[in-house]
Amino acid sequence: MKKRLLTLLTVAALTVGSLAGCGSGNSAGGTQSADGKSVEITNVSYDPTRELYEAYNKIFQKHWKEKSGQDVSIVQSHGGSGKQALEVANGLQADVVTLALEGDVDAVKDAGLIDDGYVDEFPLDSSPYTSSIVFLVRKGNPKKILDWNDLLRDDVGVITPNPKTSGGARWNYLAAWYYFEKQGQSEDEIRESMKKLYEHVLVLDSGARGATTSFVENGQGDVLLAWENEAFLSLDEHPGEYEIVVPSVSILCQPTVAVVDKVVDQRGTREVSEEYLNYLYSDEAQKLEAEWYYRPSNEEILNQYKFQGEGNTITEMPVDHKWIITDIDLTNIDHFGGWSEATQKHFADGGVFDSIYEEK
Amino acid sequence: MQIRNDKGIVKWLLIGLCTVFLLVTLVLPLVYVIYTALREGFQAYLASVTDTYAVKAILLTVKVVIITVVINSVFGIFAAWLITRFQFHGKKIISTLIDLPLTISPIIAGLIFVLTFGRQSAIYPLLEKWGIQIIFAVPGVVLATIFVTFPFISREIIPVLTVEGTDEEEAAALMGANGFQIFTQITFPHIKWAFLYGVVLCSARAMGEFGAVSVLSGHLRGITNTMPLYIELLYQAFDFTGAFAMSSILVIMALIILVLRNILEYRGRKEMDA
Repeated sequence: MKKRLLTLLTVAALTVGSLAGCGSGNSAGGTQSADGKSVEITNVSYDPTRELYEAYNKIFQKHWKEKSGQDVSIVQSHGGSGKQALEVANGLQADVVTLALEGDVDAVKDAGLIDDGYVDEFPLDSSPYTSSIVFLVRKGNPKKILDWNDLLRDDVGVITPNPKTSGGARWNYLAAWYYFEKQGQSEDEIRESMKKLYEHVLVLDSGARGATTSFVENGQGDVLLAWENEAFLSLDEHPGEYEIVVPSVSILCQPTVAVVDKVVDQRGTREVSEEYLNYLYSDEAQKLEAEWYYRPSNEEILNQYKFQGEGNTITEMPVDHKWIITDIDLTNIDHFGGWSEATQKHFADGGVFDSIYEEK
Repeated sequence: MQIRNDKGIVKWLLIGLCTVFLLVTLVLPLVYVIYTALREGFQAYLASVTDTYAVKAILLTVKVVIITVVINSVFGIFAAWLITRFQFHGKKIISTLIDLPLTISPIIAGLIFVLTFGRQSAIYPLLEKWGIQIIFAVPGVVLATIFVTFPFISREIIPVLTVEGTDEEEAAALMGANGFQIFTQITFPHIKWAFLYGVVLCSARAMGEFGAVSVLSGHLRGITNTMPLYIELLYQAFDFTGAFAMSSILVIMALIILVLRNILEYRGRKEMDA
């Protein structure tokens, strides 16, 4: 009997051993090859940037090859911004994070992976491109949704992701808040309006892309509160089916990028990672960002993509990608006292969002 | 006559119900998958499934399935043997533990591993020192898949071993056979079909695992994206042809496994009758 067990045990041990051996060599990228000819970095980003970074990675690979002679490959990971930040904090080996908002990068910093003061490491608060929140409605705008107050009408179904997990959703939330504030409502009245707004939310997806899919592919709801880039992408993908309505007020969304110090120092990838983020500010990259419907931070390039038409409804793809509407009242996160204060007040457990959504 | 007539009605009613049910829940969606995959032509289909990331996802899935099946086979035989051939305290507990993955939601399985091997866990500094990355890397994907599928093989073997009893093994032992001989010549032939059947079930489940893997994969494109995760990625990138093309591959793999299952069942029964 003992022998029998012994045989089995040996087999088991050998299998597990050999598998463990081949397993550890497989861990996620981010390493220099022995000859220094190639390098791999991981970019953990939020949901809607898939297409942007797919395009950007190509021009960066060319740029880095010219600059250093190395071949660089970039591993992408996309998901709801908050979820992505949490995974990096839990040990997902990211060389750079390019998340939807500073608050999420803060979560990675708080886990001890990014050094203090990362916001000043790159120009313009480490936001190479910005965005804003707009409405995507169905062709002809059958429900006549023109501004934030229309979202409170009983016949309107709203699609927006969950502010607990999605960066875009937090911007949506704050933009709506700002609108009601501008209407001269008191804090209590704003809460009441926000509560009413979220009562009209039909699907609360965990990320912006999931919300877009719910609205566009599954035909849910009458209006999608979306990143500009998501809205234009839908317009581009489905010509003649949707319109973009730019509300009277919105918020300037500043997605934040950062090098994950602890990871790059461990892997020796700091140089390429920093250049990866720096190059986002180059003219070539700024144009690419504008073409994928992000607002370039370079004013001159932004002006090249200014919307030429009238009014604030865009019914078809503007020619030459001239899509940026600049005459809206954009607030920003400083109005809410910065991300840590806004998170604390609105999105933390037991915050305002919890109270208005739970009472539903 | 009257009774048989009634039975006839009931029979046809049941057949009708089953057919409609299967049509709506199974056949239609499958047809739709194939239709959407081929909607933009066979070239587009081919381009989708031979894309670098698609190939990587397929290879990763195959690799994960193979490792999972090997480990679960060893563990499954081991556990089945332990439970049917030994008497000890706590046997019930072990037997119940083996079944746990069947009742636990895969997302919890994923989270358990994130908590065990993630940065906030107590053993993380050790892993870091040795340079071992478990979650958000391939080993984590394998681990999650093993966890979700480990009852499949042992659960198939245990009933067979219980029915067989120990008489033949004891006789062989008395005649001087050693443990290895007993296993290869007496025990294994008995459990062979049950074992292979378990392997088939285990592979099928491992191939399609989404929840647990999704939690701890980190969604690294080309590295930890298995086929189900890659399908989700394509779907969310509005690439429906790609998503359904990959789905069709997964469906084809499942069909192959289904055919294998039927062959095994048939041969197993034949051998038992003989």
